[in-house]
Amino acid sequence: MSAAKNININLKIWRQKNANAKGSMETYKLDNVSTASSFLEMLDQLNEQLINERKEPVAFDHDCREGICGSCSLYINGRAHGPDTGITTCQLHMRMFNDGDTIFIEPWRSKAFPVIKDLVVDRTAFDRIQQAGGFVSVNTSGNTIDANSIPVPKDDADKAFEAAACIGCGACVATCKNGSAMLFVGAKVSQYALLPQGKVEATQRVMNMVRQMDEEGFGNCTNTGACEVECPKGISLENIARMNREFLSASLTADK
Amino acid sequence: MKLDSKIPGGPLKNKWTDYKDHLKLVAPNNRPKIDIIVVGTGLAGSSAAASLAEMGYNVKAFCFQDSPRRAHSIAAQGGINAAKNYQNDGDSVYRLFYDTIKGGDYRAREANVYRLAEVSSNIIDQCVAQGVPFAREYGGMLDNRSFGGTQVQRTFYAAGQTGQQLLLGAYSALSRQIGLGRAQMFNRHEMLDLVKIDGKARGIIARNLITGEIERHSAHAVVIASGGYGNVYFLSTNAMGSNVTAAWKIHKQGALFANPCYVQIHPTCIPVHGTNQAKLTLMSESLRNSGRIWVPKTKEAAEAVRTGKLKPADIAEADRDYYLERKYPSFGNLAPRDISSRAAKEVCDEGRGIESNDTNEGVFLDFSTEIQTKGKQSAYAKGNHNPTPEEITTLGKQWLEEKYGNLFTMYQKITDENPYETPMKIYPAVHYTMGGVWVDYNLQSTIPGCFVAGEANFSDHGANRLGASALMQGLADGYFVLPYTISNYLADEIRTGKITTDAPEFEEAEARVKDTISQFLNNKGTKSVDYFHKKLGLIMWNKVGMGRNEKGLTEAIAEIGQLKEDFYKNVNVPGSNEELNPQLEKALRVADLIDLGQLMAMDALQRNESCGGHFRDEYQDAEGETLRDDVNFSFVGAWEYKGNDITKEELSKEELKYEEIKIAARNYK
Repeated sequence: MSAAKNININLKIWRQKNANAKGSMETYKLDNVSTASSFLEMLDQLNEQLINERKEPVAFDHDCREGICGSCSLYINGRAHGPDTGITTCQLHMRMFNDGDTIFIEPWRSKAFPVIKDLVVDRTAFDRIQQAGGFVSVNTSGNTIDANSIPVPKDDADKAFEAAACIGCGACVATCKNGSAMLFVGAKVSQYALLPQGKVEATQRVMNMVRQMDEEGFGNCTNTGACEVECPKGISLENIARMNREFLSASLTADK
Repeated sequence: MKLDSKIPGGPLKNKWTDYKDHLKLVAPNNRPKIDIIVVGTGLAGSSAAASLAEMGYNVKAFCFQDSPRRAHSIAAQGGINAAKNYQNDGDSVYRLFYDTIKGGDYRAREANVYRLAEVSSNIIDQCVAQGVPFAREYGGMLDNRSFGGTQVQRTFYAAGQTGQQLLLGAYSALSRQIGLGRAQMFNRHEMLDLVKIDGKARGIIARNLITGEIERHSAHAVVIASGGYGNVYFLSTNAMGSNVTAAWKIHKQGALFANPCYVQIHPTCIPVHGTNQAKLTLMSESLRNSGRIWVPKTKEAAEAVRTGKLKPADIAEADRDYYLERKYPSFGNLAPRDISSRAAKEVCDEGRGIESNDTNEGVFLDFSTEIQTKGKQSAYAKGNHNPTPEEITTLGKQWLEEKYGNLFTMYQKITDENPYETPMKIYPAVHYTMGGVWVDYNLQSTIPGCFVAGEANFSDHGANRLGASALMQGLADGYFVLPYTISNYLADEIRTGKITTDAPEFEEAEARVKDTISQFLNNKGTKSVDYFHKKLGLIMWNKVGMGRNEKGLTEAIAEIGQLKEDFYKNVNVPGSNEELNPQLEKALRVADLIDLGQLMAMDALQRNESCGGHFRDEYQDAEGETLRDDVNFSFVGAWEYKGNDITKEELSKEELKYEEIKIAARNYK
């Protein structure tokens, strides 16, 4: 255990007034940051300082601050979610940094995620992919069959859960040199492909989701594996392989 | 105001079925002529929006997040209750109903809770059909676990991410409707007022959070599913954006606000680390199955722990106070949330807290006994009947890792301490709010056409919510209650036609909103919004928190009044309206939280009894347990807005009648 101490840091942060403005890196100095603070609490502290100096605070997305909502999305020192693994930005703590460090903070950078302001990007492309096929077509009725009437092998249920654990943060896209969303889409396709309830529509689902993914301007996968490394939820590359298999078989059988 | 709960007649068990059979319907060809607005996309909002759109209504859904999938239901960890009795341990709809009423300390409405228990099974069926990957046993059947305050295994779960999986299920259903064009999504939008025409809810005013545009949206009915108000305490387990604004705006338009003082303070959260802290993190209740909670017996030893002179392991077994096991031997470390939280506060108030922060507030959650027990069991299971102490410890830690690995990692990331080696430090934190907008059996507020669902309403949990019941209620409201009751209301609206947003009522509401925004932006004060929010949080935590008394509450009401004045005079909101402006969003939310905080203190002051999460120091028995007053306080306290001065609000009472259940003292000893 290391006791908390205060450090002084320099920040280089991407500032961009709005989607159409030209942005630039700005420099800030921030003193007395507790190493027990989270990274976003450090940004809160910076914003408090900026507000009190009558300057414009830095906009960034965040909400749950416990690594599950998927809002936070910072590229820190050249890495999605910063210099730690298996966590989101909000779970990163200042004890990972040293007194006197200069920290670079940028938004997700990808053609399909345009900047809205400063560090905030538009990730609604993910929602549109989901709308294209990320569901089982079952209406609310209260008269579906009993939940236990179709047994699901534990192994399949566990794998489906692991794929479904994706928080839709977009780190996979941000870190990919091609800006590919295949880990995100692969995870969703896999969740349903592994469950009997999802099998019925499997063919249309993968075709529709992949079509939408391409329309949104995401790049293709070249198996670099960077997405898996930076994924805060440890979503496996196997999901991309499974999606490719699903897509291939769907392409061969679907009515065109 | 006379409150009509509209509870149908007949025996409790048949009420909902009989009632549904006689509700009015809207024919499929008429539904596309009707618009419904849903504010909030958590479990209640998403499930309502999806179900109503499936039926054929035009749905407009709003959320302030960048995507509906990010609503705070996503963070619920433990599970969802349902009376399936898959484990054959004698569970039934009645038992789930009974446990919920008792858990709520006999302050919830019988008919609503019974309906909740009744539809609980359908929720699980519906979610499985949607592809929600619940945990399963090796035979392929759904797995269950136990939660606090019950004697059966009825909790369905998906690892420690049940809320996430259920919300993604509802989000997928909503996404399907958006894709089909039946629902329209307005993300990054915040509702800033309700529009009433001829007394009925007819639309909302919303701000587009990216452009700042103030938009008018009309509808034949409005559903508020905007969650709870725990952020009135500044520090809570709620998401940073969680707020009371939508609920408060309808309150200002005439919807009564019920039981605001009922707040759930969860016993196992990571303690506060410093003044820059923005948010508290929950450690799942499930950890209390394996951890023992203690503090040193003496103040001196606690002081030595705080200053680092003593390590927890240096304190001999005889010098530790396992206070929950001592006080509640039959439930021990699994006593209900409100009771466990108060016990932690008590020992810290005595100076025996172990965390070295500003308030010394923290207690140990110790896994060392479990490491030994499970380590030995694992060794025996492997055929090793003479394990060495080292082998036992290694195997015990492995057992813990399999069971709670993700939680232990999360704890270590936040605190930089290894809970396999040293006890966790925990302390209670604000988690859930049982109070909310008053609704009748139809989930309709006192404004016709304005319905309220999920945590935002007050209806099902009484004065204390049991674990794994919030997810159940959110989905019950959205999937299985609102679709029926809203249709009943809308049956009279089929001839209304499209509602124009040119009506003067829309114009006035829009002007009100624009006015408030420009006031804030032109105020040019000297203090940030957070400065005021933190001050409000401290007043609430110290005087309207776990232990309340007349003096503190009276002071809180006055202090919040002064804070409100200071806020409007001195707040500094930078930037402009015509852009993404998180500080402006926060200012608008904090303004409503300040008002609500004052009302909470007033409600706590009028309730001269202790029940569930509401503990008045003056009303406790000889052993320090809650002392209810069923003769004088067996009612829902609902407040009516009477203008800018909150202290002028008027209280109406809805008597709680117990036909099925015999009221008794809640005993967990």
